[in-house]
Amino acid sequence: MIDKTCADPVAAIQPIGDGASVMVGGFGTSGIPYGLLNALAEKGARDLTIISNNAGEGEAGIAALLKLGLVAKVICSYPRTPGSVWFERRYKAGEVALEVMPQGTLAERMRAAGSGLGGFFTPTGYGTKLAEGKETRVIGGRGYVFEPPLSADFALIRGETGDRWGNLSYHATARNFNPVMAMAARHSIAEVRQVSTEPLHPERVVTPGIFIASLCEYAVRP
Amino acid sequence: MNRRSDAEMAARVAQDIPDGAYVNLGIGKPTHVAAHLPMGREVLYQSENGLLGVGPPPEPGREDRELIDASKRMVTAVPGAAYFDQCDSFAMMRGGHIDIAVLGAYQVAETGDLANWATLEDRHPPAVGGAMDLVAGVPTILILMNHVGKDGSLRLLERCTYPLTGLGVVSRVYTDLAVLDIAPEGFRLVELTSGNSLAEVQALTGAKIHV
Repeated sequence: MIDKTCADPVAAIQPIGDGASVMVGGFGTSGIPYGLLNALAEKGARDLTIISNNAGEGEAGIAALLKLGLVAKVICSYPRTPGSVWFERRYKAGEVALEVMPQGTLAERMRAAGSGLGGFFTPTGYGTKLAEGKETRVIGGRGYVFEPPLSADFALIRGETGDRWGNLSYHATARNFNPVMAMAARHSIAEVRQVSTEPLHPERVVTPGIFIASLCEYAVRP
Repeated sequence: MNRRSDAEMAARVAQDIPDGAYVNLGIGKPTHVAAHLPMGREVLYQSENGLLGVGPPPEPGREDRELIDASKRMVTAVPGAAYFDQCDSFAMMRGGHIDIAVLGAYQVAETGDLANWATLEDRHPPAVGGAMDLVAGVPTILILMNHVGKDGSLRLLERCTYPLTGLGVVSRVYTDLAVLDIAPEGFRLVELTSGNSLAEVQALTGAKIHV
């Protein structure tokens, strides 16, 4: 029998240890797996590489990991959200490394990893500072930049409803990076507002359970 | 000098958005364009975080903190709207499916080069977001910006001095002083804000304005 449900976020994040690379779903404060991040902060795994669109804001979520000094590197597209005080503080003190890339490139690199592709050529960033040192090619008269796949040891996913097979549905714009991170990481952990005892209707499934290693309930909405 | 206000600039841009267009509005001043769309036109606004069909802010009591736009403000979804993930969102942009993007800028060059993601004296961490993806794939890039910087620096130039977002991507620039097209010869005058002379606006522009 397949049952990927876990008792709670603390149990779900147990496999994450020091030095892990962790993708974290969300955009702004929508679709962020706060329950899993709180549990990770409490566990205190160190030297983490966090891959997310933003670099946390306020005191919770990724910001809590930064505050506790658990993050060695952030890979993201937009770390400068108002309220990203903990990232800014650690960055200015030289305590956290930063790698920035265009948002669509970040998403597509994850899709490449999750899809078994060796990378792709994108027009995004061609001729700019962010393409310096990268392989380029002219295709059909247009310049493109090569981008390699981006995987991670873990992904932390926020869904709306999940079932024991790991199938997930999402709510509104909380979907954002969650589905692509679920497929890109080697071990994807989901928190959902509700674990359904009934199987999700196949038409409602956005993330098929094959991409999810485990899931737990965390009912709190942001 | 007579200057258009932010609302007047947004209203001017809105006049140029045709019925049925799919439009991405950048954060800041461009977000005001939606409120000035002429009556009788239906436009679907895309937000990079995964919403096509951005509506006005929610009424009190109907807020949903998981329904936000790219500026991280709570919004609503209009009839005909769709939610999608980041890969689909950026496929819409890079794949040429979005018709128009309205963006802010630090600098625009007469060649259509755009600089809107980093300055030279930036003390903050670099942040690019979706700007480079938008200009890579959206065929019409409209820029809404103040003609001159707060410190008096010229922002419409022969060449940008700040790091570029994209090369040769801008179609038209709307400022508080003028509307200018990017043409093969450079900046071409579309209109002056009423009451200003071409000589006055040219003096505040770092490249020749062609008439």
